[in-house]
Amino acid sequence: MALTREQMAMRVARELEDGFYVNLGIGIPTLVANYIPDDIDVMLQSENGLLGMGRFPTEEEVDPDMINAGKQTVTARPGAAIFSSAESFAMIRGGHVDLTVLGAFEVDQHGNIASWMIPGKLIKGMGGAMDLVAGAENIICTMTHASKHGESKLLEQCSLPLTGAGCINRVLTDLAYLEIENGAFVLKERAPGVSVEEIVEKTAGKLIVPEHVPEMTFAE
Amino acid sequence: MAGFDKRVKSYEEAMAGIESGMTVIAGGFGLCGIPENLIAEIKRLGVKDLTVYSNNCGVDGFGLGLLLEDKQIREIHASYVGENALFEQQMLEGEIEVVLTPQGTLAEKMRAGGAGIPAFYTATGYGTPIGEGKEVREFGGRHYILEESVVGDFAIVKGWKADRYGNVVYRDTAQNFNPMAATAGRITVVEVEEIVEPGELNPDQIHTPGIYVDRIIQGSFEKRIEKRTVHQG
Repeated sequence: MALTREQMAMRVARELEDGFYVNLGIGIPTLVANYIPDDIDVMLQSENGLLGMGRFPTEEEVDPDMINAGKQTVTARPGAAIFSSAESFAMIRGGHVDLTVLGAFEVDQHGNIASWMIPGKLIKGMGGAMDLVAGAENIICTMTHASKHGESKLLEQCSLPLTGAGCINRVLTDLAYLEIENGAFVLKERAPGVSVEEIVEKTAGKLIVPEHVPEMTFAE
Repeated sequence: MAGFDKRVKSYEEAMAGIESGMTVIAGGFGLCGIPENLIAEIKRLGVKDLTVYSNNCGVDGFGLGLLLEDKQIREIHASYVGENALFEQQMLEGEIEVVLTPQGTLAEKMRAGGAGIPAFYTATGYGTPIGEGKEVREFGGRHYILEESVVGDFAIVKGWKADRYGNVVYRDTAQNFNPMAATAGRITVVEVEEIVEPGELNPDQIHTPGIYVDRIIQGSFEKRIEKRTVHQG
């Protein structure tokens, strides 16, 4: 069975480590915040200028001056810091964020990512995504393995305009967890009940399949 | 001895000197920390052909969205747009030119512009459409593109508190682009919720020192919320 959005978030949460500063993009990455293990402490960075994003506010706590990068009302947790956009992107571009999780339309075997623009459709902009992929060493890209029409999103070469070049080394899809090494996807884990054959069939880029591909486990 | 008294009495006075064709740098992220009354004054003045640097372009009927109604913006440099139908329509009809700019690059353009640095190298955008036609240099084995910074004819800024000297503090995430915008205007206008007596703001907690600020005005703010999300349970 393909993973649900929640299961994808749970799998990403396994990559969190105690003391990590983490930036979560919009969509599935945002859900990761719901599955941070109780025995570790992570600080969520929101690129509009908040390190230590807390839960959503109660009705009484709602404050128009307190939002996240998705423009949602939020709170700050104990230990949080608030700063300017330049400071925020100094953290991001300077490589100070330990883990970035973001969605994509396509990723290719060279680590290129396309996530912001579909020519011919309305283009809304890249927001902070280009800064995040250029600045982070440690990025997990989350997306469905194939489109609704069955077209692979793991390609030999991205077909859409890039967000960043050669910057992605880990991809979690609804079918598999893969790493990108030396110009190829390496199949590391498969979703429970998903066959290696299905993943091979739905991966257009070069795929290396080790002899043993374990099923995924999840953070509680 | 009013040399350091930056207070002005009206929004008309606050935006005096703005003309069609000028470049305006605006603080704010989404609708958070936007200089909403200064924007409304620009709408009232009716100046046109503006080039605007702002992370977003407001929503229909509020924030920079107001300036779309009479087609006052000719070109906008922003990282994320299209939260408003009018914007989409003007973009598709070619009435507004959109220069999509990565958010960190936009912040740095303002920061560097205000600091007298005309351009800077960044890895952001290398190998993407943003890097096309821009100078590329290699440092330590990585590729960087050259981005030019910006100085505006006007910078419009929303602060929380200020004193008459133009020292400003921001509140929570309403800070965002405001401190950089404040440094990058030939004329910087700051509207705040409260003008306090000199000495009330702690000197070591000033976000924007008064040297960057030309005019201060106290206003009242609607502070619209774009996405109200609340904690359940």
